[in-house]
Amino acid sequence: MKIYIRSAAAISAQDTFGNVTFSIVPISYQGNVLKTKEPDYKNYIDPKLARRMSRIIRMGVAAALQCLRDAHAENVDAIVTGTAYGCLEDTGVFLSRLIEQQEEMLSPTAFIQSTHNTVGAQIALTLQCTNYNNTFVHKAFSFESALLDSILLLKENEAKTVLVGGTDEITKYSFDILRRFNLYKQESADSLQLMQSATVGTIAGEGSNFFLLSSEPSATDYAVLDGVATLYKPEDVNAIEKGIQQFLASHSVSIDDISCVVSGNDGDSRNANVRHSLDSGVFAGKRIVHYKQLTGEYPTSSSFALWLAANMIYRSQPVFEGLLYAKPKKILVYNNYQNTHHSFMLLSAI
Amino acid sequence: MQDQSNIQSRVYVAGTGVISAIGNNVEECLASLEKGEAGMGGITMLDTIHRNQIPVAEVKLSNEALAARLNVSPLLSRTALLSMMAAKEALQQANIPSLSNLRTGFISANTVGGMDKSEQFFEAFLTDAEKGRLRDVVNHECGSVTELVADALNIKDYVTTISTACSSSANAIFFGARLIRHGMLDVVVAGGTDALTKFTLNGFNTLMILDREYCKPFDENRQGLNLGEGAGYVVLVSEKVAATLADLPTSYLSGYCNKNDAYHQTASSPDGRGSYMAMQGALAMSGLQPADVDYINLHGTGTQNNDQAEGTAIQRLFEPHYPKMSSTKSFTGHTLGASGGIEAVFSVLALKHGLVYPNLRLQTPIEAFPFAAETKLLTNQPLKHVLSNSFGFGGNCSSLIFSNIA
Repeated sequence: MKIYIRSAAAISAQDTFGNVTFSIVPISYQGNVLKTKEPDYKNYIDPKLARRMSRIIRMGVAAALQCLRDAHAENVDAIVTGTAYGCLEDTGVFLSRLIEQQEEMLSPTAFIQSTHNTVGAQIALTLQCTNYNNTFVHKAFSFESALLDSILLLKENEAKTVLVGGTDEITKYSFDILRRFNLYKQESADSLQLMQSATVGTIAGEGSNFFLLSSEPSATDYAVLDGVATLYKPEDVNAIEKGIQQFLASHSVSIDDISCVVSGNDGDSRNANVRHSLDSGVFAGKRIVHYKQLTGEYPTSSSFALWLAANMIYRSQPVFEGLLYAKPKKILVYNNYQNTHHSFMLLSAI
Repeated sequence: MQDQSNIQSRVYVAGTGVISAIGNNVEECLASLEKGEAGMGGITMLDTIHRNQIPVAEVKLSNEALAARLNVSPLLSRTALLSMMAAKEALQQANIPSLSNLRTGFISANTVGGMDKSEQFFEAFLTDAEKGRLRDVVNHECGSVTELVADALNIKDYVTTISTACSSSANAIFFGARLIRHGMLDVVVAGGTDALTKFTLNGFNTLMILDREYCKPFDENRQGLNLGEGAGYVVLVSEKVAATLADLPTSYLSGYCNKNDAYHQTASSPDGRGSYMAMQGALAMSGLQPADVDYINLHGTGTQNNDQAEGTAIQRLFEPHYPKMSSTKSFTGHTLGASGGIEAVFSVLALKHGLVYPNLRLQTPIEAFPFAAETKLLTNQPLKHVLSNSFGFGGNCSSLIFSNIA
């Protein structure tokens, strides 16, 4: 069975959402955190409802609705969400009030919206969709797990259409905590130069990227999604290479068939060895396209990579000006998150 | 993982593991269920102003005691410690020969992650962003809790985490079954865990759905739920693996379904449309009629809203042939992300031992319904099919059906 990407919507730090003009002119940021360019939500959500929603919920609902609009679909047979951190803003609000007010006079609103499945639930409420609804919350496998669940639902014929997305938000608290783990660069530099960086750390990012998948072809399909796989804590770079070869072989493809690799390098000097080993090893001679200089690093950033790869196959002009070329036949998306979570996605032209 | 689908194949339950307020393992929990001994009591572990006011169902081992039994650091999140206890027991009980040669997955659910530690971290952090011990927040994420346990079990082939509020573990169990049916894994340890935290205690308290007495699910005069903690896992195996076991498994997962109520972020629709569709879908998958179900392990939280919605859905689906039913949350409290896993274990034990558990403290069955939950333990029951319900915030409704092979 072939699985078609019928539409794709990305809210990112770049001009990727709404009426997108391709090629997109990449925006450069200074500093070590990239926030999304949020759309005007009144085109998607009743302003009264939007006021009560935190940013991640608004971003999730808007990206989901844009996907449906682009696919001319009114509803879907399943909604599957991936989010590593969940609703951090509401979690932070409830937790800080709980401590500051010493457990007294608390309001339930932030607690209610702090559960990890709130984005998926609010999409279901908005669409009045009573079908299958699931949320995966496994670090940098959150989106990949959601994607696998979606593929299985289509193969099982439990669904003809699945809305699947990856989303994570940065909050003041989360950034203040994560930077203490030395995840981010100390210096302030041009974000678009992230891949040329030789220093420790990456840039923090966030985003919301949704897709409408279908087991039936349509006139506007972006690409065919051949499959997804994850590799948890491989022993060394050889195990990663082996994982890539096995993944490709399981789809009856060899590395020679791949026209382009969309690679999730994070510009952290601590991960440079793995990057260089793969680039000069299994990926040698391949065109390698990076994306984290556009979005920053976050656990579900691979969902942006899927958006990028699907658009590269679909669009007749480069997706980003000067950065990428158009119309590859087969793309391997490879993500490396902190050298513990590796994942692979394979896409083909229709 | 290569897809070699046989979506019709049977997925067997080869082992179970559980820890809850009524026992630290399967044997202890079963004994409490048979004796009708509930696990609720005062709050002893959390440093909260609600001590002596709100009853909870605590696991009776401290973090230090859990860590000593597991030979790990007592500084780990309690969510992970509870998970390790139950998941290890489940794998030991399954006793699968040459497990290391099989493709094994760990699919765990939770809703709080390492929040028990994060809320300690936050006290210092809020005074100064450079303060708070990082070791207390490093495993905040739900997925980190899963990975601590996966690493302790040495499971690497597939690891993931599901969080759909109180239906989380039910979804983890049947996602695991589907990965086996698709031929992608041979063995899956699936279920969920959650520890009591100030975050959830205060959250549910603001919603005013915590009973100040021990909860009375499906009682006309029910006043809300008691929060609990624990973990429950089943070991699911393919037909091929089942055939290699010394003791052939006696039960299998015959049906499952996930639907959404799409009514309100926290409240269930009055007619329980999500619950109705989840139960109906699970029956359809297992090829059963409503009259074939022998026992329903209810979601039965004890809140006005849940029991009314769940009961209405049961009435619509089962009338006039009502199965026996009870809520074991009257023993364990509501363990949130762990409840589907703990209750899956109890459902499998009900099938194995021919038991229908009592619904404790039930005095006046809900007057609007023509059925009532069981108040006494029933033994020697010829159970063939048990339905387990798990419903949660966000309208998430999931039902599982476990069946005996005989």
